[in-house]
Amino acid sequence: MVTTETARVTTADYAGLVPAWCPGCGNFGILNGVKRALVDLSLEPSRVLLVSGIGQAGKLPHYTSGNVFNSLHGRPMPVAIAAKLANPELTVIAISGDGDAYGEGGNHFIHAMRRNHQITYLVHDNQVYALTKGQASPTSDSGYVTKTTPQGAPFPVNPLVLAIAAGCGLVARSFAGDTNHLAEMIKRGIQHRGFALIDILQPCVTFNRVNTWDWYRQRVYKLDGEAGYDPSDKTVAFEKAQEWGERIPVGVIYEKERPTFEDSMPALAKGPPVKLELKASEAEPLLDEFV
Amino acid sequence: MSIEVNFMIGGEAGQGVQSVGFMLCKALARGGYHIFADQDYESRIRGGHNFFRVRASDSPVGAVIEPLNFLLALNRESIDLHRGELGPDGIVIYDRAKITGIAEGDDLFGVPLEELAEIAGNKVMANTVALGAVAGLIGYDREKINQVLTEQFKGPVGEANIAAAKAGYDFTEQNFKGKTGFRLKQASDARRLLLSGTDAIALGAIAAGCKFIAGYPMTPTTPILEYMASKAKDHNIVVVQPEDEIAAINMTIGAAYTGMRAMTATSGSGFCLMVEGLGLAGITETPAVVVLGQRPGPAIGLPTRTAQEELEFAIYSGSGEFPRAVLAPATIEESFWLTTKAFNLAEKYQTPVILIIDHTIATSYTTVERFDLSKVVIDRGSLYPDKSVVKPEEYKRHQLTDSGISPRAFPGLSRALAITDSDEHDEAGHLIEDAKTRNEQVEKRMRKITGMRNEIAPPRRCGPHTAETTLIGWGSNYGAIREAIDILSKEGTKVNALHLSELWPFPADAMTDALKTCQTTYVVENNAAGQLAHLIRAETGFSVSGRILKYDGRPFTPAIIADKVRRKEVVAW
Repeated sequence: MVTTETARVTTADYAGLVPAWCPGCGNFGILNGVKRALVDLSLEPSRVLLVSGIGQAGKLPHYTSGNVFNSLHGRPMPVAIAAKLANPELTVIAISGDGDAYGEGGNHFIHAMRRNHQITYLVHDNQVYALTKGQASPTSDSGYVTKTTPQGAPFPVNPLVLAIAAGCGLVARSFAGDTNHLAEMIKRGIQHRGFALIDILQPCVTFNRVNTWDWYRQRVYKLDGEAGYDPSDKTVAFEKAQEWGERIPVGVIYEKERPTFEDSMPALAKGPPVKLELKASEAEPLLDEFV
Repeated sequence: MSIEVNFMIGGEAGQGVQSVGFMLCKALARGGYHIFADQDYESRIRGGHNFFRVRASDSPVGAVIEPLNFLLALNRESIDLHRGELGPDGIVIYDRAKITGIAEGDDLFGVPLEELAEIAGNKVMANTVALGAVAGLIGYDREKINQVLTEQFKGPVGEANIAAAKAGYDFTEQNFKGKTGFRLKQASDARRLLLSGTDAIALGAIAAGCKFIAGYPMTPTTPILEYMASKAKDHNIVVVQPEDEIAAINMTIGAAYTGMRAMTATSGSGFCLMVEGLGLAGITETPAVVVLGQRPGPAIGLPTRTAQEELEFAIYSGSGEFPRAVLAPATIEESFWLTTKAFNLAEKYQTPVILIIDHTIATSYTTVERFDLSKVVIDRGSLYPDKSVVKPEEYKRHQLTDSGISPRAFPGLSRALAITDSDEHDEAGHLIEDAKTRNEQVEKRMRKITGMRNEIAPPRRCGPHTAETTLIGWGSNYGAIREAIDILSKEGTKVNALHLSELWPFPADAMTDALKTCQTTYVVENNAAGQLAHLIRAETGFSVSGRILKYDGRPFTPAIIADKVRRKEVVAW
């Protein structure tokens, strides 16, 4: 059994392997944000499950601590969903890049939000496929030229608009260059009842020469300081989610709780299913129905 | 003298062919009869032509046979297509008012089905009137029919159906002047279970402690998902119908990694989407039970019919190399037991196990003796904490061992961290690039195959120890092959059979031994390539003499197999 009354959780508890990312990569800021959020919430690593996909983002769990399932490209979501259903006592965080979440995993992404699973989804959004060396991603700006898109990338997906439309309960954006803000957003996500998407703007210092640290720093502004912004107003949220270009908002774009998928599962009534005793005799009364 | 009766209910989709067929099975099973019934239906909800064959006997039966004794024709097409399948003294029950212009004959018994149904309350009960009429023809206990109707239809609808059945029964008693030769009394007091293959698998899964199923609806395995969903509340089963089969297999893996016994069920096209996930289960050493219900392909093929075209696909699919087991039940009863075995193999060896069935097994009904649940073994394999790892910080999910099996810790249930990766990883589960660690992990995983091979059952021999011809089969053909042996032996031809229910890791030594005494050998398979023949040659170097193949989507009957053997009508190897 997990004992919760142990010593205070510190950053040292979340130490991991040395990252193999490029120097200056936005992923370092995200890693720090994740660690800070988990420490602030006093979550012991053994109570946390990090499920990641493939891409540079997918390596993050190895560089910190916790239970880790580094899954296939585009598939962290179904693994995370099932793990949460099997043991709702776990804090389950899914981690993807923009290709993993919005390309290969697009179908899982939409339906996970629709069903409203109790998962926090961190998407490292650098608008480029970095692990495969610089091809266009689903969020690359229109016209973005790469080796696979010499005529320029097509119209990008707007993950925030998509999330609001799909019924995501907490739709937020943050920036890898602001660890404090990011940690706050991750904490909001974990504490939210239901599915939370944190799209994290992140420069790729090697392959993306357009959306650089400076490019983002000049544009990003915090919604929290925006007088009168009401994230529970869906219409306003749709508008805010489409703001991109000269000014890019970060913060909670939309938030509205609704019943979760777990709430609808009668199987969870007796506690975490993983803790139930397995007995063949349980099938005995069922046999009577077939006589 | 043994009693053996064959019924067929034929009609359009939506006329209640399946429900009358099932109720007839249930009523006869309650009378102590052994039942085998199969379904032939089209991929449509209304119209077309469907039929349901019921064979009842006072001894165990494992296939449908020709000829028919009774044909309940709910539409004209049923008469046109199946009248010729009647044996001597066979009877067609049909609605004389609705179906006209058919050639007269002693085999026709017209019953005003719709008219009697309307008097009883509603003409939609014409099928129930037909059920009553056929019960009348065999002099069957009315109470057993009424009992089944009461269970099927609640309240006033049940009463109206009982009245409809009575009308059919009474009409037959008063008007049938011919001879059927069948008076079916209580055959025995046996209280057997009447199950379909999907019922048996769902029950096997629940008995095995499976409390997680994710599945995308697809013929013929959807009823497994539906049955588990119907028991979700009472048995705390997590049931998820996800967006696609990719999600289904990954959810199965996620639940199993977290510590549950988990499964998914699909058919060929859905399995195609799951193949990526099989490799994930392989490298992360996560148990995953996958039911693969075969139907004729490629692609959508014949979606509501039977085939055995995915044996080699089940065995070889996936990126890279990893251990797996492939089990193929021969009967509905064995479907239950092999489901329980699938969970044990999956958890002991921490790898995917595929339970491959054909549409015939999935959708047929048969009577089986009540399962003795005290014989169900739940073996969860090596679990942390164990003697080899005491301190949680020393725990390594992919620890190198002689057996290749590492103790499993589940996330959140202890302080040991369960770390795993779809990338090649070290013992601790972190991704690596170096050749030495890669080799250690590959060899560790492959060592598990030795243990698995020892758990695989040898081929089962049926019939005499030596024979001039040996039939080699897998899957549901078992029933038809066994009876083909009986047919041929009565003619003086000595035939036996070798049947494989556990196909991977292939029991190569046992099969080599068994083949030593064989003379002429024919595989019997529902495919066009002879996949089992190919597998036998690949694994043992033995080439069979020929292949008896059927790929029209319809199951073998004993007579078809016997005829092919008799005429040596086989595809050369």
